[in-house]
Amino acid sequence: MNIVGHKKIWFTFSTILVGIALVSIATFHFKESAEFKGGTLWEFSVPAQSLSTADVQSEFVNALHIPDAQTNYDATNHTFLVRFGTVTEDAHQADLTALKGTWPSLQELSFQSISPSVGASLLRSAIIAIILVLIGISLYIAFAFRKASRPISSWKYGWITLLTLFHDVAIPAGLLAILGHVSNVEIDSNSIVALLVVMGFSVHDTIVVFDRIRENIMNHRGKTPFDTIVNDSVNQTIARSVNTSLTLILVLLALYFMGPADLRYFVLVLLVGVVTGIYSSIFIASPALVLISPQQDKTKAS
Amino acid sequence: MAGIFVYPKGIGTKWMPWKLGLDLVGGSHLVYQVDLSNVSSTDQSSVIAGLRDVIDKRVNLFGVSEPQIYTAQSGNQAQLIVELAGVNNVNDAINQIGQTPLLDFREVETNGSTSQYIYTNLTGQYITGAQMTFDQTTNAPQVTVTFNKDGSQIFDEMTKANVGKPLAIFLDNQLIEAPTVQEEIPDGKAVISGGFTIASAQQLAQRFNAGALPAPITLVSQQTISPTLGTNSLKEVAFAGLIGTLLVMLFMIFYYRLFGLFAALALVIYVALTLGVFKVIPITLSLAGLAGFILTIGMAVDANVLIFERIKEELKRGLPHASAVEEGFRRAWPSIRDSNMSTIITAIILYYFTSSFVRGFALTLLIGVVVSLFSAITTTRLFLRLFIKDKPAAAQAPNSK
Repeated sequence: MNIVGHKKIWFTFSTILVGIALVSIATFHFKESAEFKGGTLWEFSVPAQSLSTADVQSEFVNALHIPDAQTNYDATNHTFLVRFGTVTEDAHQADLTALKGTWPSLQELSFQSISPSVGASLLRSAIIAIILVLIGISLYIAFAFRKASRPISSWKYGWITLLTLFHDVAIPAGLLAILGHVSNVEIDSNSIVALLVVMGFSVHDTIVVFDRIRENIMNHRGKTPFDTIVNDSVNQTIARSVNTSLTLILVLLALYFMGPADLRYFVLVLLVGVVTGIYSSIFIASPALVLISPQQDKTKAS
Repeated sequence: MAGIFVYPKGIGTKWMPWKLGLDLVGGSHLVYQVDLSNVSSTDQSSVIAGLRDVIDKRVNLFGVSEPQIYTAQSGNQAQLIVELAGVNNVNDAINQIGQTPLLDFREVETNGSTSQYIYTNLTGQYITGAQMTFDQTTNAPQVTVTFNKDGSQIFDEMTKANVGKPLAIFLDNQLIEAPTVQEEIPDGKAVISGGFTIASAQQLAQRFNAGALPAPITLVSQQTISPTLGTNSLKEVAFAGLIGTLLVMLFMIFYYRLFGLFAALALVIYVALTLGVFKVIPITLSLAGLAGFILTIGMAVDANVLIFERIKEELKRGLPHASAVEEGFRRAWPSIRDSNMSTIITAIILYYFTSSFVRGFALTLLIGVVVSLFSAITTTRLFLRLFIKDKPAAAQAPNSK
């Protein structure tokens, strides 16, 4: 398969996807969970009664006098999720007693109330972690490929890794922004973890291809044009790139369909990220190496 | 194998129980902000340690088994994180902790039948210690508190002004005692007597020592998960893990045939080994942590895939089976090492930059990757060396697709 030769198609496709992702993030922003922006998230079920979201909402606004309450219904778990500002434990207990008075079968499943300052520091450390992972992995690649210095320097492997990491994180992040806009999906620390893990995984396959390029360069030093080496390497490793990710996808699908609902979006981000990672390692990382190699002009001319 | 997932509580519970996170057993995760603005920087760590002990004692009084209490400090802000697992009366525990152990003395002004308490500036922050003592004549238990120099001076003036009048002692804004001042007390020692048993005197001395902490705490975050929700999550994640593992095993056997069977067996050993490591260390398994572990199941066979593909190539080049296996391992190693390193880097950064919930995930991911590197290299290699010999009948090339 002539993957390197058609690099313009892949680059265009990726640019469009990343563009959509970035525009979505810029327009919709992320819907931050209580964990990040502070606030209360209360989850409960009322098994004996069939209540509508409006019933619950009006109870919170009119009976409990919480005007900023926002009620959602989780159809999978049959639970209500109510969000409002930070409250004290005493207020929580008073509200709980009042709710149980109205709906005796109410079961409190979880309650979290987080002050904005705690949330802000969480978000800050999440951002630091993302930046450190980006830099850490790219530096490791530059180090691991230090011997593969011809025809392109090992730093360029690092830069390309950074580019693919950005690509692989931007697309699932854009999805989160869109989901936040369309179906109120919030980003919490689990989403950040998922994005970080996507970065860790997405370079797996990239490294496998790069490793083969490194080896083939040693074997064919000077005899074969660089773009041919890269294209051969991608084709030689395509089965294992797909297979290694496929095993992960199988596990993720099991978690998505059978795992706890709390992990659903966490797993979804990972799934999208892993698929993006396969794509970028085959169609982006290696062709990009050719693009920034000094031989590029020569090959075009010949 | 199924048992490992479905009944994680059932295996080896007697000799070494699993440690399950709050989100799987239910419980509360509480974050308190400690106000250290009135504490000199040299005393801060001892104040925090003391606060921690007080809360530990208070929580234990409420029958919470093994509360986890951590502290995190940055500048004048310190956080105290309290994790209470599997409690039903979380609210009581929160109330009990929330009471800042605050001690103060108040003057009493009596207007006819009503008495009024007037705040003074003598508070627990001037107390250096308290102990139970015995009255020298009656042998009744009593409590002696000792003030520091500033406190002694205030106490001296206060007793001088209130001879013959009661002086009220408040702990957590509750009136504990209002003994009548007999004479001016200049030596900075106050004796509280009257109606104590040995136990109640000891408790009061303890509370005075606790009350001597001058740093107020406020609850800034709480996350409470009901035991029902936790148990459901545990069941679901274990079942998903089991199905995921079976899918990976089937895929490996289907695609790589005999080699895949070895990989599938190695995967079972990997799962058992990793869960064993979690138990022995022991790691507290949260929902995110189990998810991280299940992800590593999908990754654990990656090394096998890389090795098998490499062996296929070596076989195509005409190498005999045993040499192809050795060569496959040798040549696949750099890519296995480098690709796993990226996940190791991610896990380490995650561990250092996040809070407890995420830490469990980072730790299980890290342990999983390291164990999988080990098992992919040693276990699979052992199988292949045992079963793949150069006799043509004994070996079967992996299916080439």
